[in-house]
Amino acid sequence: MSLFGPGHGACPGCGFPIAVRGALEALDGKVIAVNSTGCLEIVSSMYGRNTWGVPYIHSLFENAGAVAAGIETALRALKRDKEAHVVVFAGDGATFDIGIGTLSGMMDRNHNVIYICYDNEAYQNTGNQQSMATPTGAATTTTPAGKVIPGKMGRKKDMISIAVAHGIPYVASASIAFPKDFQRKVKRAAEFEGAKYIQVHAPCVTGWGIDGKLTVEVARLAVETGLYPLVEYENGKLVRVRKIKDRKPVEEYLKLQRRFRHLFKHPKGKEIIEELQRVADENARRYGLDA
Amino acid sequence: MRKVVRGFYAIAEAVRLSRPNVIAAYPITPQTEIVENLAEMYANGELGDTEYVTAESEFGAASMVLGASAAGARAFTATSSQGLLLMTEVLYNAAGMRLPIVLVVANRSVSAPLSIWNDIQDSISIRDAGIIQLYVESNQEAHDMIPLAFKVAENRDVLLPFMVCVDGFKLTHAYEPVDLLDQETVDKFLPPYEPVVKLDIEKPAALGCYAPPPYYMEFRVAMEMAMERAREVMLKEFEEWYRLTGRDWGGYVVAENCEDAEVVVVAMGSIVALIREVVKQMRKEGKKVGMLKIRTYRPFPHEEVRKALKNAQKVVVIDRALSIGAEPPLAADVKSALFGLSPEFHSVVMGLGGRDIPREQIEKLINDVLEGKAKPGKRFEGLYEFEEVIP
Repeated sequence: MSLFGPGHGACPGCGFPIAVRGALEALDGKVIAVNSTGCLEIVSSMYGRNTWGVPYIHSLFENAGAVAAGIETALRALKRDKEAHVVVFAGDGATFDIGIGTLSGMMDRNHNVIYICYDNEAYQNTGNQQSMATPTGAATTTTPAGKVIPGKMGRKKDMISIAVAHGIPYVASASIAFPKDFQRKVKRAAEFEGAKYIQVHAPCVTGWGIDGKLTVEVARLAVETGLYPLVEYENGKLVRVRKIKDRKPVEEYLKLQRRFRHLFKHPKGKEIIEELQRVADENARRYGLDA
Repeated sequence: MRKVVRGFYAIAEAVRLSRPNVIAAYPITPQTEIVENLAEMYANGELGDTEYVTAESEFGAASMVLGASAAGARAFTATSSQGLLLMTEVLYNAAGMRLPIVLVVANRSVSAPLSIWNDIQDSISIRDAGIIQLYVESNQEAHDMIPLAFKVAENRDVLLPFMVCVDGFKLTHAYEPVDLLDQETVDKFLPPYEPVVKLDIEKPAALGCYAPPPYYMEFRVAMEMAMERAREVMLKEFEEWYRLTGRDWGGYVVAENCEDAEVVVVAMGSIVALIREVVKQMRKEGKKVGMLKIRTYRPFPHEEVRKALKNAQKVVVIDRALSIGAEPPLAADVKSALFGLSPEFHSVVMGLGGRDIPREQIEKLINDVLEGKAKPGKRFEGLYEFEEVIP
């Protein structure tokens, strides 16, 4: 049996299967997978149609951090802790929002767990509702672009910094557009004892309104505009960033996606685009992205 | 070894002797001292290979024991009141995943208004989760039921979580002489946990699948079947316990003086001890009264209740919980067990939020029913006169 699929029901062009398969392969399948409720769980764990080739558990939407902590503790108690890596796969809603308490507990106690958040920037399983990972200006069904309000107001939550602030040994951001880089990060994470947090940008074709064949291109543009900086922290120190040659204007990323389309005609759209450019510039300064 | 100890210690000691692999802890009054006692044992190296882990919430504690149990560990946690309500989503999930975790609920009222004192509204509120619920009347019974809870929960014919319900403060903080078990006895009774399925790299399995309409109902009905099988398993273990320790706690119910009783009082938890004393006294006075202690609330002992109450002319059910908008929970279940029989039925709610239940109140309650002075139906005892003011 393969480590993940075939037979999963993700949409054509979906970003996260690249991350899931990539992580499982990077760890040679020596994984106990813990999955929060969400798209990934629904497309892979239907009764009788399990697509996981590794031991897998799904409990609830908001408790993957604690379930993984319990598994890791049990493996230690039973002296089975060398058997496998405990790896969480959770969406951004489960990670940034509803499950941040159990994730924080897991990181605070520094359980030997690799927590991978596949970030598709909204509650996509329920049909594109805003999460705290949704970027400014994105239209979702709970932050639609109306005559007055141009999509989501407020910033995307900086989960990377929150993870770093927990003092865990390894934190990284990644993108499905750079699968080798992501796999290297997963392998690197496995070298540390303790809690590891990796956030991987994974476009959602339906929620973002993109052509399925453009998934990787859109993800790449998020990185190349500076909106999704790829960074790596070891023991609290920023050790590596992916440099960008000729950083692109954010419009190039935005214009390919339906969720941002209104920004190009809405009276407040220009303001939002400028704000997003400011975020990208700030990222570039903060992490030294420009090559 | 017989020692005068407090309830929380008796519980913690029984947990230690049951050799759990993982204990998850989060404080809440009046449960806190149970996990504090276990923490002290852990800090002093008295818990063997057990891993003790502090949680960020009761929700996290329940989720950790869920994960631990799925990985093949024997897992324990304890809580009360709001903590149990916060755990509820996880506990329903653990039951559905057929994970045999054991938890102690130090029973406490629920908010609002906030109250740290005893009643059983907390555990009653999750009676439908698919968790075995056993209510104890003493700290000796609490101590004895912990190893039994693990053994029943882990039986492959059962595989459901087990909740031992112990009245907060009234038992947890009370001093009581308790015959403390020794390791040899517990080891003889409770073998190491052998999970039927676990998260195992050698045999990958998926736990916690989602089930579309063609499959879902069977999973839930299977839980009902497991709960039915638990009845038999528990009876066997109750007997085994008696053979091993000489302490006979009875079956699902304990009926005393019920055979010829005109009035039988039905109750659960620590209040049973008081009712027993009153009934004994009244029997000496020649009054035909009896008592029925309910031990397992889930599975509910319909047949045993019916059998014990078949001769009673009048039945008094004492609830320390409400089902707001319907009959009190225990009264409703006893009534359903009595379907077709028609004793005079008194449903009495008392002792909510730690309201004291004095002996005289129980005496008067029974006498009034005996003498036909009390109107059948639902009533609240010990309630002050008050007026609800809506501004």
